[in-house]
Amino acid sequence: MTWLLFAEAGVPEGGLFDLDATLPLMAVQVVLLTYILNSLFFRPVSKVVEDREGYISTSRADAKQKLAQVEKLEADLSEQLKGARQAAQSVIVAAEKEVDNLYREALAQAEAEANRTKEESRRAIDAESESARTKLQGQVDQLSNKIIDRLLSAR
Amino acid sequence: MALLPPTLPLAQLEVGRHLYWQIGGIHLHGQVFLSSWILIGVLMAFVVLGTRGMQRDPIGLQNLLELSWGFLRDIARDNIGEKHYRDWLPFVGTLFLFIFFSNWGGALIPWKVFELPDGELGAPTVDINTTVAMALLVSLAYFYAGLSRKGLRFFELYVEPTPIMLPFKIIEEFTKPLSLSFRLFGNILADELAVAVLVYLVPLFIPLPVMLLGLFTSAIQAMIFATLAAFYIGEGLHEFH
Repeated sequence: MTWLLFAEAGVPEGGLFDLDATLPLMAVQVVLLTYILNSLFFRPVSKVVEDREGYISTSRADAKQKLAQVEKLEADLSEQLKGARQAAQSVIVAAEKEVDNLYREALAQAEAEANRTKEESRRAIDAESESARTKLQGQVDQLSNKIIDRLLSAR
Repeated sequence: MALLPPTLPLAQLEVGRHLYWQIGGIHLHGQVFLSSWILIGVLMAFVVLGTRGMQRDPIGLQNLLELSWGFLRDIARDNIGEKHYRDWLPFVGTLFLFIFFSNWGGALIPWKVFELPDGELGAPTVDINTTVAMALLVSLAYFYAGLSRKGLRFFELYVEPTPIMLPFKIIEEFTKPLSLSFRLFGNILADELAVAVLVYLVPLFIPLPVMLLGLFTSAIQAMIFATLAAFYIGEGLHEFH
């Protein structure tokens, strides 16, 4: 490792606070490192990060816009749904009323028919029983006449 | 101290010894550059592997890099302000990453494996040259930021909110880099020394909590350095009305 020792002769004393040409050269080295890191590290990374931030903010704005659209559509649809529900409700009420009316009508008709039929049959029964009674009366009269005749002739 | 063996193979304290490189008439601390190159190599490997084929849905190492990027961006943005932080994020971020990798690398990589003719490898931030260099860069950066943004009106800073502040503000220009560099240098050196002394005394288990604490302080120091750098730059850019 002696190649690392550039010169043997005239070596200074050394010490902790030995300032020498190391200082300016180190400064130059740090400045060079700054330029190198700027082109290798800081610029590329900041480009990537800022691109990403731009991408994120545009996609977020996009998403926000889409969300607003969706919310508007949802509100529209729920409005429509409400209208449709009301229409359906009114249709149902109308239909129920109609059914009720039809039922009542049919009921009244049926009752009237039943009454009429009952009346007719009662009249028929009355007439028949009348005729039967008159017929029976005649026969009774005949029979009683015959009985009277027989009784009178037997004497 | 007589009870202790004179040298343990695992732990040897070498403070203030450097591997000197001589180029022309100037001297350099070779071990600082060697370890910083290794650590920069590791950092580059992370960055290159993580940024290869980045996607909108992050996967694998990209997550880690984006996390650290976000962390650094928050430091820069909170201290510099929404308007200018983009210009200074690379500088502040590089300071953080370099210091963080230096500190953690100094603690986690077994540098003793590499034999040097003199000195030893370690965190580059344990050398005062590195920390002073970065602190002076911060000062330059915020003077540059202020002067390029506001021209000579930058110096209004010295008389705000009242002209009484002028001497203190001038002193501050010297204490800022001084405190920045010595805070980092002192913390990392102290941590390495504490660990080295404990390892020297009890080589097993006992130094572990101190090592963990050292990792914690290392990360905190990197964050403090970057946050203060960003704060100073933000101060330079601040508009008074």
